[in-house]
Amino acid sequence: MRAAESVTTSTSPDGAHALRWHRKDLLGLRELSAAEINFVLETTDAFKQVGTREIKKVPALRGKTLVNFFVEPSTRTRTSFELAAFRLSADVINISASTSSLTKGETLKDTARNLEALHADILVLRHSSAGAPQFLAQRLKASLINAGDGAHEHPTQALLDLYTIREKRGKIAGLHVAIIGDILFSRVARSNIFGLVKLGARVTLVGPSTLVPREFEKLGVEVSHKIDNVLPNADVVNLLRIQHERQRKEYFPGIGEYTRFFGLTKERAKLLKPDCLIMHPGPINRGVEIDSDIADGLQSVILDQVTNGLAVRMAVLYLCGGIST
Amino acid sequence: MKQTKQNSSTAVPIMDAEAIRRALQRIAHEIIERNPQLEKVVLAGIPSRGVEIARRIAGFILEIEKVELEAGVIDVAMHRDDVGTRPELPVVRASKLPLPLEGRTVIVVDDVLYTGRTVRAAMDAINSFGRPARIQFAALIDRGHRELPIRADYVGKNLPTSMNEKVQVHIGGADQPEGVWLTKPKTANESC
Repeated sequence: MRAAESVTTSTSPDGAHALRWHRKDLLGLRELSAAEINFVLETTDAFKQVGTREIKKVPALRGKTLVNFFVEPSTRTRTSFELAAFRLSADVINISASTSSLTKGETLKDTARNLEALHADILVLRHSSAGAPQFLAQRLKASLINAGDGAHEHPTQALLDLYTIREKRGKIAGLHVAIIGDILFSRVARSNIFGLVKLGARVTLVGPSTLVPREFEKLGVEVSHKIDNVLPNADVVNLLRIQHERQRKEYFPGIGEYTRFFGLTKERAKLLKPDCLIMHPGPINRGVEIDSDIADGLQSVILDQVTNGLAVRMAVLYLCGGIST
Repeated sequence: MKQTKQNSSTAVPIMDAEAIRRALQRIAHEIIERNPQLEKVVLAGIPSRGVEIARRIAGFILEIEKVELEAGVIDVAMHRDDVGTRPELPVVRASKLPLPLEGRTVIVVDDVLYTGRTVRAAMDAINSFGRPARIQFAALIDRGHRELPIRADYVGKNLPTSMNEKVQVHIGGADQPEGVWLTKPKTANESC
């Protein structure tokens, strides 16, 4: 009888989930393994289901305090994190740059230490400087979730994009994903590239050469400056918002010209495969990177992304905020 | 008693596959007896072994009464009261219950009843889906040491244990051979 030996194994009957989560912080997708990314996506399945219940709230993070610390303006990401925290029964405080003491000259570290002195358990940080989350994560006991740092990473946005692709197409490996627009200044693009490449997708970046330099090929992706060549064989197109507020003249000739060369117009959309997904992290500039009819069309999964964003953020808060530190 | 060779702990066999089969068959009979409106019963297994046990009980009820019960999954991980106190989180899985629950009897099914905290979490989880007429509980093993005022309605086997022992249930999928073992701590055995 070899029972004594076999009982020490912890494999569940369905054989799944050999991996367990050990991270207190989510800083970016660059440092996550494919297995960890898949683990978050599987956990998201469970939390998405909570949204269909009569009582859309679970006690998982009851008694924990989450601070939404948004040094850079954001409405949708902040409210998504806020609602995710409510659904997990955590208490939430929102602090924006204008209401914080940062404007009075307090350093980022001092502000964060003050938040920690209030026994905040989870800090969700949006910051205009790349690396700010890493800086704080090393210095704080609280869990740190990166909600976007400069042009560096926006991990929960990429996770919700991955989740949406997986949900709609049943897989990610082998799919051809085109990311179109301002790649150079986009943290969404970077996080998406890391995640998609790790999960085995083929990625093509599309945009003007000033915003999509060939340097990106080092990350394992293809670069194209001709959208019409890429659209016919894409399984997913992810259109990034043209960030007027960050554009400088030397990178970007003008909105009209961008739309003419890279906008997903009604005419261009005819080049797409019938089952190609159209994604956009929002907020969309109708008539700039995407035509209004296309944004509201059958291939568009833009609103699914919003719904899935809530579930992904619940999963991330549960995983990072739920482990004892 | 003979020691199991080279193992740090000793596993005492409690039930084999045949004993599990008979116990689950008896539970099926008891469920039929206590629920005259059998078609209103929903079996909700707690992942992962409770799901398999619920599936087998449903199989016996179909054999005996020709009634096919609705089977569901109730995940308790996000309803537990010890999140944040353990270095490893329990894996969460999606729950699946036939809705609405109003007017139904939900029978929660698990492999081992111990402190009662898992069942409490399961009841909370069920209530977030709606308000069933009643909730009952079936466990393959009741090992005692309750920390909450909870009892099982259907028990496969009562197994007196001490708190430093472990009960291992192998049923379904990769769990081979099937059976139930009681694992005693190392020191207790060596001193014998």
